[in-house]
Amino acid sequence: MQKSPTFVAIRDIAAAARRYSLVGMLGWQDVRQRYRRSALGPFWLTISMGVMIGTIGVVFGQIFQTAMKEYLPFLAAGMILWNFMSVVVMEGCTGFIAAEGIIKQLPIPLFVHILRMMWRNVLILLHNIVIFPLVLLAVGRPLGWEALIAIPGFVLLAINLAWGALLLGVLCARYRDLPQIVGSALQVVYYLTPIMWMPGHLSQRAGAYLVDFNPIYHLISIVRSPLLNAMPTATDWWVSLALAVLGWFVAIALYGRYKRRIAYWL
Amino acid sequence: MAIIEFNDVTVDFPIYNASGRSLKKRLMSVATGGQLGEDQQGRVIVRALEGLTFKLSDGDRVGLLGHNGAGKSTLLRLLSGVYAPTAGTTRIEGDVGSLLDISLGIDHEATGRENIFIRGGLLGMTRAEVTRQIESIIEFSELGDFVDMPVRTYSTGMHLRLAFAVSTVVRPEILLMDEWLSVGDENFKHKAEARMAEVVQSTHILVIASHSRELIMHTCNRVLWLEHGRIRMDGAPSDVVSAYFGG
Repeated sequence: MQKSPTFVAIRDIAAAARRYSLVGMLGWQDVRQRYRRSALGPFWLTISMGVMIGTIGVVFGQIFQTAMKEYLPFLAAGMILWNFMSVVVMEGCTGFIAAEGIIKQLPIPLFVHILRMMWRNVLILLHNIVIFPLVLLAVGRPLGWEALIAIPGFVLLAINLAWGALLLGVLCARYRDLPQIVGSALQVVYYLTPIMWMPGHLSQRAGAYLVDFNPIYHLISIVRSPLLNAMPTATDWWVSLALAVLGWFVAIALYGRYKRRIAYWL
Repeated sequence: MAIIEFNDVTVDFPIYNASGRSLKKRLMSVATGGQLGEDQQGRVIVRALEGLTFKLSDGDRVGLLGHNGAGKSTLLRLLSGVYAPTAGTTRIEGDVGSLLDISLGIDHEATGRENIFIRGGLLGMTRAEVTRQIESIIEFSELGDFVDMPVRTYSTGMHLRLAFAVSTVVRPEILLMDEWLSVGDENFKHKAEARMAEVVQSTHILVIASHSRELIMHTCNRVLWLEHGRIRMDGAPSDVVSAYFGG
């Protein structure tokens, strides 16, 4: 009764999507756990991030000699988004490993564990996002109607992150030192991508490499640009879309092939 | 209608020692032309089950006998769909419920009520279903006002009563158990016993692993005796049990 890997993968993902109430509940549970016996809960992370954005903003705003009104909102939106993206990727690595107890006992669609992790981090992102309007208020910059475009942008970003987390979840279940490599790689990407620095800070030639050819930049832009009163470019959309399609192809192929082995690897 | 069909099923557990599990070693052994890999040529494999062929259908109450390490737990996990066979095929029709680890998923910091929702969700119940049943679950567990306290404040008995009350709400077509569940003091034991009988009654196929002669004789109408991952004997309880326990 060998079924094609694509079928196995898609059936699992569809079954996981049908268990959305379980996903929602487990994700909530994770966040609530951070609130227990702590008045502020996840807001502690928000505060520390706010402090970091403020500090980097003041120092690097001076170094780059960029107006605060331009730099600080850019930095805040970028840092908040990047934090979400990097945590999803890192926790994607341990997505299946962390759920070992459940995976070995109950035949719940495995993708549920990835969705749970993503939902938890969306909830935490909603905590962190409060920094942004405060920053806008502080520098006296309005939020335009374009900001609404950030919502479809975010959905596309999440679709991209989902395949990344799934792919890494499978690989890391098998190769346990991969998370460390991913961690270092994320750090490199953080510095290579315009998050702390703005594309305008670079010379034309360097900019072409680090900005135009950097898919992560385009992914961030589809959410960040609308928040900064600008529309994402057509390139931003196309790159993100192509990345999603391509990534899901690879992820489904790999997931379908190795899904049945995951329980053995844990 | 529930059917379980195993056809020449084998399960191998790969054992990844530190070297097999690390990508670096894998890359190194490729780079060094496999020299490093000589002592670990072919990874170590533990064969947990081998060549299992059987068919279960409605009304079967199957007892699994066998010494520790004979493959009973692995077989239960195969039946629950957690593991896929390494070789051979399985066909399982009907929804499977497992009472293997009834405490799984219980969060000690969360309240009893929250845990009922979590545990129910893990067992495949929707939120609405849990909401509908929650009062009867709480009543059955005899937790009273403690249900809104964190589970870490519970005694062991309360903890088990909660887990038992939620886990036995579902009525699966195929039920898997590792030993008979019995929890609580004399009073509760009685209730639990009645509940278990009810669950077992309503299930189409029961598979229970046990070391207890009485339990097998009392509950089962068929027994599989596993030895070293193979079926040593498959037949009526009286025959297999007397062979296994030696007269």
